[in-house]
Amino acid sequence: MKKVKIFITLKEGVLDPQGKAVQEALQANGFPDVADTRVGKYIEITLPNEADVALEVQRMCDKLLANPVMEEYSYTVEEGIRS
Amino acid sequence: MKFAVIVFPGSNCDRDMYHAVKDGLGEEVDLVWYENANLADYDAILLPGGFSYGDYLRSGAIASVSNVLNQIKIKAEAGTPVLGVCNGFQILLETGLLPGAMLRNEKLKFMCHYETLVVERADTMFTSGYEKGQQIQIPIAHGEGNYYCDDATLDELKQNNQIVFTYKNNPNGSRDDIAGIVNKAGNVLGMMPHPERAVEDLLGSSGGLAMFQSVLQHWREMYVTTS
Amino acid sequence: MLQQAEISPEKIEQDRLYRDMGLTDEEFQSVKNILGRQPNFTETGIFSVMWSEHCSYKTSKPLLRKFPTEGPHVLQGPGEGAGIVDIGDDKAVVFKIESHNHPSAVEPYQGAATGVGGIIRDVFSMGARPIALLNSLRFGNLTTPRVKYLLEEVVHGIAGYGNCVGVPTVGGEIQFDDSYEGNPLVNAMCVGLIDQKDIQKGIAAGVGNTVIYAGAPTGRDGIHGATFASEDLSEESESKRPSVQVGDPFMEKLLIEACLEVIQHEALVGIQDMGAAGLTSSASEMASKAGMGMEMNLDLVPQREQHMTPYELMLSESQERMLLVVKKGEEQGIIEVFEKYGLQAVAVGTVTDDKQFRLLHHGEVAAEIPVDSLAEDAPVYYKESKVPDYYTEFQTIDYKPAVMNHAATLKQLLQQPTIASKEYVYDQYDSMVGASTVVAPGSDAAIVRVRGTEKAIAMTTDCNSRYIYLDPETGGKIAVAEAARNIISSGAKPLALTDGLNFGNPDKPENFWQMEKSVDGMSAACLALKTPVISGNVSLYNESNQQAIFPTPIVGMVGLVENLAHVTTSQFKQAGDAIYLLGETKAEFGGSELQNVLEGRYYGKAPAIDLDVEASNQQAVLTSIQQGLIASAHDLAEGGLAVALAESLFGSELGAKVTIDGDVTAALFSESQSRFLLTVSPENQAAFEQTVPGAKQIGLVTEETELAIEQDGKSIISETVPTLEALWKGAIPCLLKSKA
Repeated sequence: MKKVKIFITLKEGVLDPQGKAVQEALQANGFPDVADTRVGKYIEITLPNEADVALEVQRMCDKLLANPVMEEYSYTVEEGIRS
Repeated sequence: MKFAVIVFPGSNCDRDMYHAVKDGLGEEVDLVWYENANLADYDAILLPGGFSYGDYLRSGAIASVSNVLNQIKIKAEAGTPVLGVCNGFQILLETGLLPGAMLRNEKLKFMCHYETLVVERADTMFTSGYEKGQQIQIPIAHGEGNYYCDDATLDELKQNNQIVFTYKNNPNGSRDDIAGIVNKAGNVLGMMPHPERAVEDLLGSSGGLAMFQSVLQHWREMYVTTS
Repeated sequence: MLQQAEISPEKIEQDRLYRDMGLTDEEFQSVKNILGRQPNFTETGIFSVMWSEHCSYKTSKPLLRKFPTEGPHVLQGPGEGAGIVDIGDDKAVVFKIESHNHPSAVEPYQGAATGVGGIIRDVFSMGARPIALLNSLRFGNLTTPRVKYLLEEVVHGIAGYGNCVGVPTVGGEIQFDDSYEGNPLVNAMCVGLIDQKDIQKGIAAGVGNTVIYAGAPTGRDGIHGATFASEDLSEESESKRPSVQVGDPFMEKLLIEACLEVIQHEALVGIQDMGAAGLTSSASEMASKAGMGMEMNLDLVPQREQHMTPYELMLSESQERMLLVVKKGEEQGIIEVFEKYGLQAVAVGTVTDDKQFRLLHHGEVAAEIPVDSLAEDAPVYYKESKVPDYYTEFQTIDYKPAVMNHAATLKQLLQQPTIASKEYVYDQYDSMVGASTVVAPGSDAAIVRVRGTEKAIAMTTDCNSRYIYLDPETGGKIAVAEAARNIISSGAKPLALTDGLNFGNPDKPENFWQMEKSVDGMSAACLALKTPVISGNVSLYNESNQQAIFPTPIVGMVGLVENLAHVTTSQFKQAGDAIYLLGETKAEFGGSELQNVLEGRYYGKAPAIDLDVEASNQQAVLTSIQQGLIASAHDLAEGGLAVALAESLFGSELGAKVTIDGDVTAALFSESQSRFLLTVSPENQAAFEQTVPGAKQIGLVTEETELAIEQDGKSIISETVPTLEALWKGAIPCLLKSKA
């Protein structure tokens, strides 16, 4: 099995009020240098070894997991996970 | 005239919409469960508010890929009035029947109170009962009602006259104070405020009733021949 | 997690491991006597949760028996999921309040959210559609980051759950006092409507009938939550975090719809939600109430995690689960309803006639207990009671405040978080879903109409715990009277109440005395005002660092608006209306908000209350409202007349000109009881004065938006309403924003 870790964030340029709130809280709590804070979603799935991960994940994200109007995604793959 | 209120798992304004049509407007209406729905006989489709599928992925996202939306798209293309309110609006955005997307409210909090809406267009099938520029009191109740679209889309919305309602005092950060938009054809309306909660003075406002009346009026003009 | 060999019965007794689960030595001996042997690990766990205060009321039972619980309109008193009151037209109203204090102290969002979820299940498991939620919250003063965080997250949790599940949150109250700093109170109340023919009971009747488990699968959530709720909070509580359950309001919404569909099914025999102590309490209570036994095969229970032990399965407090008993052979029809909503529903057991509670696991008997012993043989304790020294001392003090500048004091009072606008909070609640909210949060009581009738339901939660601390008996009377006054002011007749009793550790005689006396006071007021107690909840051990909270027996009251035309709010309506004050004002400042402002603590005597006067004033106001004579009605509470006048003006775009006499400070700020502020239009004044001869005109509603109060022609207060309103509205957001 392959474990796929998908990260979804708001596109650059889209206001991220959550990110802004987290950044302000970090700055107020002793981390004044924090910048560019973005809050996103993290989704974990497993796919069979034979799956075409690039194609499948792209289709999943375009169809459901991300909204291309405001979000973008990236992912990493871990091979050889025992089921 | 016969209305369908589509009920998804997690819809929670479905019965309010039902009563607005049945008691407020006095027309026929059914609550239609999303699975195995047959929409052929309905003259208007209403997508109610709520938290379809818990809104656990994105508001409206999971409902937007259900089969019933394919039927709704076909009805929409054929000119049937489709009204999406709150979560219903979010579903219409997610399906692409309307342009744009919803972000979390600017202040990151759910908010529920009356807002003053400005009627920007009184020439749609949903708003003929209003005057252009008229101000109406309609409640909002949402956590993700911050309408977003890119500059090109916004230009297009303006050029095509698709902005139907704006907020007088923008509560959530929506671009250009947008509260409700229609598609180019003018038969699919999405709005965050809840007209179905504003159809009787007893509850504080009947400012939403004219919207339902407008839809009925349009249908009568189109399909009922006066003898 | 690997499966561990279960600890042997011998070791449980030898090492007194039962103590860790919350059983005393004596209780363990009774368990042995009941079983005629040593209990195994699972059985010990089952007894410990069923005999915890939360499930057995072993400490509070002797007190709860004092409450009047009957009335001609009471259809269901305490003992079921929720109480039920007849409202005519073959309809009834179902309601209950419940606390979730300890879970909210350690994980405020989930603690509050699951509190809401639990109380909603109590109501729809009776067959009723939930139509409204209320809450009653107590926090420390809004000065520390921790308290601010608790408030924000509790509110967020209530909103997150209630908004999603689609039941409007229409009312509530919040008070702030230091005694709650480490132990906030989160009490949630749910009100439902039912056609009387649909009333369900949680019984497992009919030998051979099938027990069905429906809803969310069982995980290891909240194991031992029920005993957790019966302990003091300490630093260690923080590390007990895994014990807190996580709620899924989407699942609950589906459960509501499925269960309301299922109750129309003739195959359904009984239904109950799995609340505290999960499967254990729901199953054993259903069997016990029916005089039956039950056998369950735990292998069939839907499970979210692997290798769960019988102990974990029986004690899990996973949320959004229901237990049903269904006629044998007719299970499929019921299961299909749940499947339509995408919910799991599986047969897990059968009703037996041997009165045993028998659990099978991996082909072995995991527990076998006489079922009645769990509910009926729980010990009852008569705790020692002792008058606290502070009380004796307070009775000798006659507190007299010294106020120099009455206008400045009014402004200060309006900014006290207990008095200030709670809009910041209730704006986050969907108060209108259901399209039936006639009066939303912000007035004296919330009102939700009953579709298809001319009637409406009024509801409120109230409890001024400062008075109860000063004098629990008087304070208990006031809590009930104030709730009734709020119901009356909204144009409704009080019907009944649910009590949310929140107290400290009852093992301390002074705490038990507070409990005892406040119950006495409440009972007296219930009798005088004809509002029986039909349901409730007890939460003890509300302490942090050995310091008990103020005794806080919250009253959730429901009333009936006979006709929508009677609906009345506190806001002034029209310039020219006459302003009347009903009820006698004395110089009473013990426990007042003014005392808090001036002294920063509470002492002296609580305001006195005469229940006969209270009842007659309430009746007079209700009669005049029903006769259409009243434009607005507001009860006088914290901050006295001056605050009530200001509150009635906010949002009205009007002003008021008022003349007072006697001692200025008392006239403006005393918290004397049984008082109403009423406005009457000129054409109704004559009729009103005849109906309510005790009311005294004190002024007029004016067009100019100013609050002008004078005495003998001399101005005492002259402030523009927008100025006062801005202070009142801005106080809580301002406190939350300020850096501590």
